[in-house]
Amino acid sequence: MSTDTVIDRPAPLDATEHVEPERRTGREPATRGSRVRTAIGHVVIYLAAAVFMLPLVYAFFSALKPNGDMFAMPPSLFGSEIRWSNFAEVFAYGPFWTYIFNSLFVAVAGTAVVLVVSATAGYAFGRLRWKGRDAVFVLFLATLMVPAEVLVIPMFQVMQWFGWVDTFQALIFPFAFTAFGTFLMRQFFRGIPFELEEAARVDGAGPIRSFLQIILPLSTSAIAVLAVFTFLSFWNSYLWPLIVTVDYAAHGTLPVGLASFSGLTGTRWDLQMAASIISMIPTTILVIALQKHLVKGIAMAGLGGR
Amino acid sequence: MTITTAPRRRRSFAKDEARQALGFASPALVGLALFTIVPVVLSIVMSFFDWPTFGERTFNGGANYARLFEDPNFLPALRNTLVFTVLYVPVSIALSLALALGLGPRIRGRGALRVLFFIPVVTPMVANVLVWKMLLQPQGLFNGLAQTWFGAELPNFLADRQWAMIMVVVMSVWQGLGYNMLIFSAALEQLPESVVEAARIDGARGLRMIWSVMIPMISPAIFFATIMTMITSLQVFVQPQMLTGGGPGNATMPLVMWIYNQGFKFQDLGLAAAGAWILFALIIIITALQFGAQKKWVHYEH
Repeated sequence: MSTDTVIDRPAPLDATEHVEPERRTGREPATRGSRVRTAIGHVVIYLAAAVFMLPLVYAFFSALKPNGDMFAMPPSLFGSEIRWSNFAEVFAYGPFWTYIFNSLFVAVAGTAVVLVVSATAGYAFGRLRWKGRDAVFVLFLATLMVPAEVLVIPMFQVMQWFGWVDTFQALIFPFAFTAFGTFLMRQFFRGIPFELEEAARVDGAGPIRSFLQIILPLSTSAIAVLAVFTFLSFWNSYLWPLIVTVDYAAHGTLPVGLASFSGLTGTRWDLQMAASIISMIPTTILVIALQKHLVKGIAMAGLGGR
Repeated sequence: MTITTAPRRRRSFAKDEARQALGFASPALVGLALFTIVPVVLSIVMSFFDWPTFGERTFNGGANYARLFEDPNFLPALRNTLVFTVLYVPVSIALSLALALGLGPRIRGRGALRVLFFIPVVTPMVANVLVWKMLLQPQGLFNGLAQTWFGAELPNFLADRQWAMIMVVVMSVWQGLGYNMLIFSAALEQLPESVVEAARIDGARGLRMIWSVMIPMISPAIFFATIMTMITSLQVFVQPQMLTGGGPGNATMPLVMWIYNQGFKFQDLGLAAAGAWILFALIIIITALQFGAQKKWVHYEH
């Protein structure tokens, strides 16, 4: 910490007594000035949020318009009629259910693979002793530096060799072995007191048993965080599915399907908006449901940089 | 180390443990070898070959790397990527930091606001882009409002060389704002109350508190977010691909789109691999520069 910041200066003794009453919350006394400032702060933030949400709100209402009203002048929130049928028409227009199912299948299967691989490897790196462990772990971490864009070209070649082009395996496996999950689980596992496991080991439990019955049950929050972030990254990934999928109608995931859908529909902006809104629903529900854990999760993953 | 210094009676134990550890780590090791190590090595090899998607491969020395610089689109793509990064990173970091500070503990409805700002982060990017594409049409909401309210005709954002890049940046900032905001929020919540209070007793208020106390205290988080944001923005692809198709001309085509086109449109995997290595080198250099500069502004407690 640099010395010119205010933090390092000790608080003058006499001042401490003055502030004693508000110490609990660190709240300033509610003077008129501070109340005005707080009010202004609220207004600014709420305005920012409103501007921020405008594109999504407008998209939602556009999804309810007849296509002919989409670019009417002057612009308005509502068209000449409210057409909920646009949402149904999306499903008639393309294999939209297939895209949703494919995305769900790939994301769930991918997450399952990531969880198993990360938890077992995290256990081996975090709690078992073996020769060369630290060197291998450094190699793991080094692979985090390689961007996916460098990998997709040779990965496509590997998929051709495997005969996996245009298969679900190709959508699930290639990016399910990232070092990030292993790193996250290792960090978390190392924080669990070793005595807990020692006791079980002395009683004759092997690593498999103590992994399954002691370590895993204590790690549900870390597993949940990893699961959510992995699910989202599979659900939203675009570049790799775009490359490795040939028959979109059969193996297209939602982002790829959505992109090709917008090509199919050409000028049907009403359907494109309806489709976009539909694709936002699952992730939005997920975020609302996990709202409280998001900040905690990001802090825990060490993503806060501390 | 631990194994050699362990007591003698533990030796068979340790051997057991090492064997079991291998069992635990093997899925990750096999996966990493197959899907990361092999592709990385293969990618280096490919970049030195004429390597069409189907058909004969021939070694061509470093010709791919020379061809990169003769390609009419490669240098513009490199420039576009850098322009995007230079515009996107500072704006995105500054705005998300301002938001995180604004969403301090005293704001009512903080949880709901956080969800709001986070929705575009988790929404499929393609859906976000389609929404913005609609807004940015010549007859879309933005131009419609400008004409109705001010009688002003806005430029055709996606068809204008300068504006197209700016709109790709604006859309990306909107899309990514919530993620860094959450990182900064998490860091701000971990600030020790005692330090903030001590500064307050010393008379630090408002902007001075933010600038001299809070920002230095969360500078590791800002550093982390800057690095990650910069890396992802050097890899930008979906926004220009869907919003402008890289156009008009090649005005918004970034490196990753160039790589994608070379590899999967023009079937020239060798040249694409060479381009990808240039991108990787760029990422490493810029990240290293940032780590070099961090001493000047990042404060660690230990």
